[in-house]
Amino acid sequence: VSEGLTGVPLLTDQDERLTSDFLEGEERKLRDTWKYAEGFFGWCAETDHKRIGRRFVITAFVWFAMAGVLAALMRIQLSRPENTFLGPDLYNQIFTTHGTTMMFLFAVPVWLGLAIYIVPLQVGARSICFPRLVAYAYWMFLFGGIFLYTNFFLNTGPDVGWFSYPPLAGAEYGIGKRPDVWAQLITFSEVSSLATATAIVCTVLKLRTPGMSLNRIPLFVWSMLVVSAMIIFAMPAVMVSSTCLILDRLVSTHFFNQAEGGDPLLWQHLFWFFGHPEVYIIFLPALGALSEIISTFTGRPVVGYVSMILSLIATAFIGFGVWVHHMFATGLPQLGQSFFTAASIMIVAPTSVQIFNWIATVWTARRLRLTTPMLYALSFFFIFIIGGLTGVMLAAVPLDRQVHDTFFVVAHFHYVLIGGSVFPLLGTVTFWYPKLTGRLMSEGLGKLAYWLLFVGFNLTFFPMHLLGLAGMPRRVYTYPASMGWGGLNMLASLGAAVMALSLLIYLVNVVVSLRSGALAGNNPWGVATLDGATASPPPAYNFVPSPTVGSREPLWHSEISPPPVVGLSAAKREVLVTRVLDAEPDHRYEMPGPSIWPLVSAIATSVMFVWSIFNPWGVVWGSIPITAALVLWFWPKRGVPPARLAADAAAGHLTPREMVS
Amino acid sequence: VKTAALDVSGLPEVGFGHRSLLWWGTICLMAIEGTAFALVVMSYIYLKGRVAHWPPGFAPPGLFWGTTNLIILLASSVPNQLAKKASERFDVRGVQLWMVVCLIFALAFNIVRAFEFTTLNVRWDSNAYGSIVWTILGMHTVHVITDFADSLVLTILFFTGPIDEHRFVDISENAMYWYFVVLAWIPIYAVIYLAPRIF
Repeated sequence: VSEGLTGVPLLTDQDERLTSDFLEGEERKLRDTWKYAEGFFGWCAETDHKRIGRRFVITAFVWFAMAGVLAALMRIQLSRPENTFLGPDLYNQIFTTHGTTMMFLFAVPVWLGLAIYIVPLQVGARSICFPRLVAYAYWMFLFGGIFLYTNFFLNTGPDVGWFSYPPLAGAEYGIGKRPDVWAQLITFSEVSSLATATAIVCTVLKLRTPGMSLNRIPLFVWSMLVVSAMIIFAMPAVMVSSTCLILDRLVSTHFFNQAEGGDPLLWQHLFWFFGHPEVYIIFLPALGALSEIISTFTGRPVVGYVSMILSLIATAFIGFGVWVHHMFATGLPQLGQSFFTAASIMIVAPTSVQIFNWIATVWTARRLRLTTPMLYALSFFFIFIIGGLTGVMLAAVPLDRQVHDTFFVVAHFHYVLIGGSVFPLLGTVTFWYPKLTGRLMSEGLGKLAYWLLFVGFNLTFFPMHLLGLAGMPRRVYTYPASMGWGGLNMLASLGAAVMALSLLIYLVNVVVSLRSGALAGNNPWGVATLDGATASPPPAYNFVPSPTVGSREPLWHSEISPPPVVGLSAAKREVLVTRVLDAEPDHRYEMPGPSIWPLVSAIATSVMFVWSIFNPWGVVWGSIPITAALVLWFWPKRGVPPARLAADAAAGHLTPREMVS
Repeated sequence: VKTAALDVSGLPEVGFGHRSLLWWGTICLMAIEGTAFALVVMSYIYLKGRVAHWPPGFAPPGLFWGTTNLIILLASSVPNQLAKKASERFDVRGVQLWMVVCLIFALAFNIVRAFEFTTLNVRWDSNAYGSIVWTILGMHTVHVITDFADSLVLTILFFTGPIDEHRFVDISENAMYWYFVVLAWIPIYAVIYLAPRIF
């Protein structure tokens, strides 16, 4: 725009800003500038990406535990025929709350939380982009979960399944406020995910350290970029549909009312247009993390870096074109069914490319280390491939019609989601635990928990394939003894007990290792990426001096040592903004610090969301405090009166460059 | 011992357009909102396919107010562009002037929008056609009101201060978002007002 807005980075030699004396002083200043907010108020105002990311992960695991208890209750109920442990109404609420929690409050946010922590470190940035927005996203996520479980304990938990089909969820059949609770929980969690996705996209595109061109981005970061883009295009669909559902129930619109020109199938289209990409939103972060784990413990880069990225992107694109395979039982035209069968089978191709690349990586390992994270990674191949194979079966219309709404489907998606996301997640948490805490988890307890989980998982879910083929429908609270399903159900319930034991051991390991784990140092596993270049846990400002990169595996190539960044101010929270494609330095930017307004805004938003379930005017009146909070959030503290700027400019003795500094 | 360094202290502290973080954030927001608009339009087309006559049982929405608003919105691009250009020159007076003009346009638009709702010729609870028309128009209205509030706060800030260079980027990105609201209205206008007449 004008000469004042451009500048060039200089390559200096013998720079005294790299001497240890200077760096010590710099660290002191940075510690002060970036210091964490203190006290309870400070805790509420925190915007540091590591603190917020950690909170995201811990909170998501709390909801995971809640949903796990619900799963255990269901397995107790189903362990023998004609059991009266749970009644049908409570059972409905339990399976709906279980599924809703796992999809919306656990599987997506837990990966987003890890990404909030790890992505800025892996791209060598001092902060995530839009840290206050990320804090707001966390509060919305927390309040959404509290909202769901408060209702569950008040006996108004949603009870119409995690995809909440009308007419069962509609104005006519949905009891009380239960489906509204579901629909509004969706709004909470989607606002949170969309805000986080935006922050991740901008971090990856604009805050990468110099040298990290697009073809040097770590695979986990690539996967989170692709996932964030998917979130941006998929989640609006469920927000639109859940809003329409609330409107139908609250102000008598007729979107899903057949009698007045609406159509319940419109719900299914909108929901699955989100719902199928959702599967990949849960699964692609795991693929990225697996690449990091496999590469680290084989001691070599993952085979086929470019094909890995193209596969991620291809999966994301095809993932938007397969939603109708959830609707084969609704009587769609045959051509449509064939098209979506073909698309669903096509998605096997990019997934296979990745799996073959990993197999090749393990095959040609420089030094294979079977650590706990690596065991979780390897079991992915076994469990996910079983889930993938039953997925190929379900993509075929005749088979889908045969086993629709049976336990075969339950078995399939637990193999895909637990094998494809939870096993890699538990491995990833073990893998990054030292970065977050400074200590390693116990390998002994870790392996014990792993093997128990592996056995327990297969004991629980493999029999469900057989139960489904034998005709046992999902979502029934009990079954007659004469069906002969008792034995396999008992086996599944015993497996669930083993899973519970294993997760308990995992938890004990997490807690005990906080104090007694071996000290990790910067890079205990020998990772290739920049997260290994800083302390564990990292200082608030992440890096000093900020490293740049000259290869895809910067920490494995000490022979290429690109010059680190100097010249960022230590007196303010300054980060380096770079260009999208090749990450050339572009400008310096001051990140905002802690603020209470994200929390206040999230409280105001939550009030409006809950109010609007009961009264449409809640949207109008509830928007006023939100607006006030957002204005106060935005209102700047620093600057000069406009009249002074104008007068100076009119006098002609101020160029933009001078005004800028 | 490494002694070479990449000195970035000579770089500016602000960048406009795709150089700025805010631009990318706004692009993400536009992608989210644009997807939502596309989905409600698809729902309109889907519901239309369920019945023999469209609009089912009601006269199409009156053309006058909607068309008036189309003209107002397209015309608002002029002060919007001038405000954007003023911000990129760090021209305080220019920003003040053109933001006020933008606000007048946005206010006029919102007033005419109220009349638009009165001439839709169908209620939201009459049938599914009424529901989708009200929802599409309502969604666009939320965007216009939000951007009006945004612009109002920024304009007040440019009269009261405190401002620094980053606020000029805010003005520039706010202008980009207004273009999104304007451009979104063209297909939405076509769906609400022309589709019932063409089909």
